[in-house]
Order: sequence, then structure tokens, then C-alpha cells
Amino acid sequence: MGGLLIKNGLIYDPLNKIDGEKMDIAISGGKIVEKIENAKVIDASGMVVMPGGVDIHSHIVGAKVNTGRLLRPEDHYKDVEPKTAITRSGVGCSIPSTFTTGYRYSRMGWTTVMDPAMPPLKAKHTHEELNDTPMVDKGSYPLLGSNWFVLEHLRAKEYEECAAYVAWMMNVTKGYAIKIVNPGGLEAWGFGRNVRDIDDPVPNFDITPREIVQGLCKVNQLLNLPHTIHVHTNNLGKPGNYITTLETMKCVENLATDRKPIIHLTHCQFSAFAGEDWRTLKSASEEISKYVNSHSHVTLDIGQIIFTNTTTMTADGPFQFILYQMTGNKWVNNDVETETSSGIVPFHYKRKSYVHATQWAIGLELILQIKDPWKIFLTTDHPNAGPFTAYPKIIAWLMSQKARDTIMKKISKRARRRALLSTIDREYTLYEIAIATRAGQAKALGLKNKGHLGIGADADIALYDLDPEKMNLTKHPVAIRRAFRNSVYTIKDGEIVVKNGEVVKSVSGKTYWVDVKASPSLLEIEPELQKVFEEYYTVKYENYLVPEHHLAATTSIPIQAKV
Amino acid sequence: MAITLRLKKELKVPINAECISPNVFAGKSIEEIAELPLWEGNCKRSLNDIFEIGGDCGKTPSEVIIHLVGSLSKAQRIAASMSDGEVKIRGDVGMHLGEEMKGGKITVDGNVGSWAGSAMKGGTIEVEKDAGDYIGGAYRGSTKGMQGGAIIIRGNAGTEVGCYMRKGLIKIYGNVDQFVGIRMRNGTIVVQGNAKERAGAYMIGGKIILCSHIPSVLPTFTIDSIKSKAKAEGEEIKGPFYLFIGDLTENGNGKLYVPKNRNEHLKDYEAML
Repeated sequence: MGGLLIKNGLIYDPLNKIDGEKMDIAISGGKIVEKIENAKVIDASGMVVMPGGVDIHSHIVGAKVNTGRLLRPEDHYKDVEPKTAITRSGVGCSIPSTFTTGYRYSRMGWTTVMDPAMPPLKAKHTHEELNDTPMVDKGSYPLLGSNWFVLEHLRAKEYEECAAYVAWMMNVTKGYAIKIVNPGGLEAWGFGRNVRDIDDPVPNFDITPREIVQGLCKVNQLLNLPHTIHVHTNNLGKPGNYITTLETMKCVENLATDRKPIIHLTHCQFSAFAGEDWRTLKSASEEISKYVNSHSHVTLDIGQIIFTNTTTMTADGPFQFILYQMTGNKWVNNDVETETSSGIVPFHYKRKSYVHATQWAIGLELILQIKDPWKIFLTTDHPNAGPFTAYPKIIAWLMSQKARDTIMKKISKRARRRALLSTIDREYTLYEIAIATRAGQAKALGLKNKGHLGIGADADIALYDLDPEKMNLTKHPVAIRRAFRNSVYTIKDGEIVVKNGEVVKSVSGKTYWVDVKASPSLLEIEPELQKVFEEYYTVKYENYLVPEHHLAATTSIPIQAKV
Repeated sequence: MAITLRLKKELKVPINAECISPNVFAGKSIEEIAELPLWEGNCKRSLNDIFEIGGDCGKTPSEVIIHLVGSLSKAQRIAASMSDGEVKIRGDVGMHLGEEMKGGKITVDGNVGSWAGSAMKGGTIEVEKDAGDYIGGAYRGSTKGMQGGAIIIRGNAGTEVGCYMRKGLIKIYGNVDQFVGIRMRNGTIVVQGNAKERAGAYMIGGKIILCSHIPSVLPTFTIDSIKSKAKAEGEEIKGPFYLFIGDLTENGNGKLYVPKNRNEHLKDYEAML
């Protein structure tokens, strides 16, 4: 791996507090180093240099994503990528094939992507697809919010035993963080039911979603996992659900120590609805942002709506069933044994629909009203609210009121009249964009070598053809979009992988997972588990485990647990 | 202003020929047209690798007439998305002819493959011989079939004619296979020849007029009345017809006309009137 020297670029590196300074960056051995001699020089004058993008929440791989691909041939038909000497062929659009996903992320300058929903039972499939997703480093979060073992331990308030189970789970599924989707509700869905709110007990388990979130938050702290719990709230996508969202954030308030985030609420746009029904739907962005602005224990990502035809897919089976009933579209719904559920429904977000346009406004209102960019990140919950390829568009909306106004003129009149968005004049700076798309997400994920350009960081870098010194970016949203759509250079582990929006080298990218080290007595749960497995599962215990050699580029992060 | 494309040699693998369209040709010189890219299997070729090109073409799509000569049954997506002008094909042609076309006219004096006129919005396709399956249908997975225009087949057609059709007219002079008008939303299908079973399965709206024999009507259709005639886009077809409404599994309100005289075996339905 030869060295590289990026000269004269305008550096945006929020984790090291560098805001648009002209500096040189030296790379050697895949890392950023202090200086280098006789290296290949990239002249980055007139370019913006940022750490490679990080995506905290993007459904790119796994059983349900693949079922989504099968469900939507019409989605791929018009978006075909022929193979080149370097890249493999593939199809898009809202659910690109694995290789295409990697290439498209890399072309935009993204270098780390986390898949947020892995049913442990489907972990092998997930990792096989991760192996086939090139160009980016990646990981996946096992779904634990409705898992029978977790629920039973938490009901008995056996936090240490639950921690042991979660540690075991991270190890056997090669997972990265605790994902909670509609806590308890997915278990109820196995019996055709759901939970109504955070204090509605889960049928057959006598435990409330509140206890599940609190319990897993405690477990997360006991295990010292790099990321916080990653929560998809109860009642997601229902008018009036912002109360549940606020309650979810409040319920772990007391567990916070030293002002560090302990809960991540994902795609919070879908959880910030006020009103009684779809007709009276209103934005609750003000209430949510007020709370987030005054508390430091929570981070969010938006899940910004894009007006397009996309495919919704979540582990939230009951929500997906409602969506099917609303749209009448084709659908898939699944109950994953003792663990979770899932559902898929194609969906078209339309500008002229009051509900969709309001959702669009809610997302932007949230990210613009929450003052601290370290607390809210840019995502589309790919592909639920729109494909990740729309990030450049959202960056333009965030940086330019002009861009927002252009869309505002085209949306449903009623939504426009009622949207708070038109009164917000905040415009993100490039520095803040670098936080929302990279630094903040890497920090929230606890990836110490990602999201910054300090000495020792992984040399994942994106160079964009944008010169804020020559151009007032807020007046030129099209230039922003164009620049972020195709990076001039994407550098992955010190190698140039994309040049002028074309993939020039295919690299495999690492798969991160947390290897939790806890006291050996606590981890001796396998014999017990094996017994219960025989009773609960349709697969053999031995076939359930994902061996490390199953991962093409395995990178374990050793974690010392507190127990 | 006509341009002629003559197939140089027999096609061994499919070609993806969406570039053969008045919209693409309009305003281009012969040399430019000759260089248009197309895929033959997994190889990228230019148009003059496959065709001998002669004549000239007009500046706007409406002035362009394209003559295609040769056995093109492996040529797919010809005239896809065309909006004006004319394409005349002497010989057979492959799948997805005139897919999503918006206007203009395509005439074929041979057979056409499946999905001819799928998701089309306007214009006319006329075929002298037989057609494959899914004529005027929707692409796999999509719910948008034909949304306007007319398709006329003088020979027979395959299964699922007018699948997910939303508007327009499909007229088949020959016979059709199973599932004519499946999942139809609106529009009209007229079949002069015989139809096989399961006509109108899952249909929600629209009209299927059968003019000859059908072995059976789906049990999820209910007889409404006997009509002396049926109307198809201004044209009157003489009956008498049994009028069935369905498909009730979808709470549908589609109309299925079946001629009384050619279907004696359906006489028992009259008792339910």
C-alpha cells in the first residue's frame, strides 16, 4: 500500500475541530500519518476534504432486504448497471443488489455503513450478504427487543444474566449493537397482536416495553458496548405517536451518567407525529426537538422522506401490516420464531399527499430545530423513507433554504400552510454537514478510527468538487447536490477506490463485530441455552452460530464488560 | 422520410434494441444512427454491426418512418417509449415491442413476442399474425399495465392479455389463452375468437367482450343480465350476450360479456336471473 499526500484541500474534520482549513493530509499503510515523503500527490485545491461518510442506519443486507429484492423486479428493471473491468453488474433502485450498494455508497464518498436489523436466526444470511457488499466497512445490529430469552431475563430483573445472553448473542451472530424494534410488539405480533404504548404489557410475558428499553439500556451499560441501544419506538408511523417517543426517551433519563448518550432513536421522523388520525396529522417536531435540545442522553437519526417510489421494510411486522392495509400493495410479512418479525410493502411518497408532504417537513424540521448537530444524523432509513442515493439531495435541503423553498412550492398546499418548516431559516454549514453525515455518526457508533482525519485514523476520505470560498453554497443547491452525488476521490484504507465518480478499484471492506469479554462464570450459559434451544427453535444449536470464518473480512472489536 | 434497417445476419442471442425508435433517430444523420449503441447478449455493439442502414430520417419524431426487415424475434424493446412517428416491421419481432410507448404507430406483418405494448400510454400497435403472452400487460411486479392507446392482433394471443390494464383497447381477432384481462382495472378487451378458461380473474373494473366460445366462467363471477349488444370504444358488437360481473374475490365490478349463442353450456346461468 503506497503512501498518498492530499495537498491544499479544504479540510472539514469536526472531531478534531478543523473547520475548512487548508491543510495537507498524509496517508501511509492505510492510516493517516503525520507526514510522508515520496508519496503520490493528489492536488485537492478547490476541493472539500471530509472523512469518509458513515451511515448509522441503512437496510442494505439480510433476509428481508433480499426478499424485498425478489418482490420488486419492477424496481430493478429501469436501473441496471452493466459490469465493467472492475465492477460487477447489478441492479437498483430502491433496493440495489449487494455489489451495487457498495459501489453507490463509495461513489458518494461513504465508507462505513451499518445494517440495523439482523434477526439472529438470519445472521448467517446477513453476513453472507455483507461479505458481498464491497467498498465499505460494515456491521449489523441483532434484533433483541422481542427476543424470548431477553424478555424472560428482564421480567425476572436478571440484568447480569441478560447481559451474558446479549454478550453471547453478539458473539454468535457477530453483531455490533443492540437493536430494539417496537419493543415487545413484535413478540405480540406472533400471535396477531401488538402493544399499544410503552406501558402496555406484552401478552404472555408480563413485561412492558418500558421495562424492555430500560433493561436493555442497563445491559448495554454493563457490557460497555461501543454504540448505545438503537431503538425503533412503539407505535411508529401512527398519528399521535410523539408521546410514546418522548416517553421512550424519558424512561432511560435516570440511567444516564456523565452526559453521554445512552439511547439512539432511529428514523425519528416516523415517530414524531401529532394529531388524532391521518386527516389531523401534525408535526410534533417542536416537542421532540425541545426535549432533545435540553437533554444529552439521546441521539437521533432522521429517516428523511424522499418523494419517490421506494420499498418499506422493517422488523416491525404489525406496522407493515397496517401499511399494506392502507395501500393495498403487494406485501410480505414474517414471524421469525422466538426473535422478531418483519414486513415489506412497496410505497410511493407523493408530493401532493398531505400526509407524505407533512412527513417530509417533519424530518427536516427535526434536523433543523435540534441545535446540536452531534445529536441528530442524516439518514433516509434506506430504503424505508427513500434510497440512500438521495443523500446529496437532503444535504442540499439542509444547506440551502432556497432548495427547500423550491420543493415547498410543489408540495400539498395544506401541508405547506401548516408546516413549521417555512419559518425555519437555519442553514447547515459544511462543518455541520460533516458532523451529521460522518463525525457524529462515527462518534455515536463508538468507531474510534472513523469519521475523522486525525493521526492514526483509518484513511477513509472523500474529496468533493466544491469550493465554498468561491461560491455562496446556500444560493447554489444544485452545485451541492452535484458535488455530493459523485466524489472526485474516495479513499478507502489509503487506496483510491473512486475517481471522478467511477469505481477504479474494488475493495472488500471489513465487517465489524463486538467481542465482549466478561467474567468467565457469567459466560457459561451455553449448556443451559442448548437445552432451551431444543425446545424453542427449529434449527439446531450448532447451525445457529456464525463461525468467524464465515465472515470474509472479520474485524472484532474487543470490549471489556463491567461484569 | 423513411429509414430502412435490414438485419445483416441471423440473431443468435437477444439484442436489446430500445435505440430503434423515432424519438432516438429524429434529427440524426445516417452516420450518427449507425453508431448508436445496443447490447447483443453481453456485448456492446453499434447499430450498423447488426443492421444495414439506408435512407434518411426527419428532424422530429413525427417525421420519422422506420422500416425494419428481417427475423427479429430475438430483438427486444424495439420502439420502447416512442412518442410519435411510425415503425413498420417486416418479419417477426421479439419481446417488449413498444413498451411504454406514448404515441405513434407500430405495424408488424409477422408475429410479436410477449409483453408487446406493455405499460403503453398511447399510440397504436397492429400485428398481422400471432402475439405472445402479457399483451398490453404490466412489467413483472408492477401494477401498471396498458394505460392508453390501442393494440390490434389479427392472429392469436397467449395468456394474460391486458394484465393490470388501466385504459385503452386491445382487440384480438384470433383466439386467446387463459386469464384474458387478469387483474384488469379499466379499459376494453375484445376477443373475436375463442377464449380459454379464467377470463377476467381478479379483475376490478373494465370490460372484456368475448365473441365466441369460452369453456367456463369463473365461479367468482355473477350473472347480471342478458344484453343485446356490447360497446367497445364506439364500436357496437351484436349479441345477445350474457353479462357477468366480477371478480367478487376482489370486490370487483368488471364486466365480462359472453355470447349467448356460442355458449349453450352456460344456459343454466339464466335460471339465476
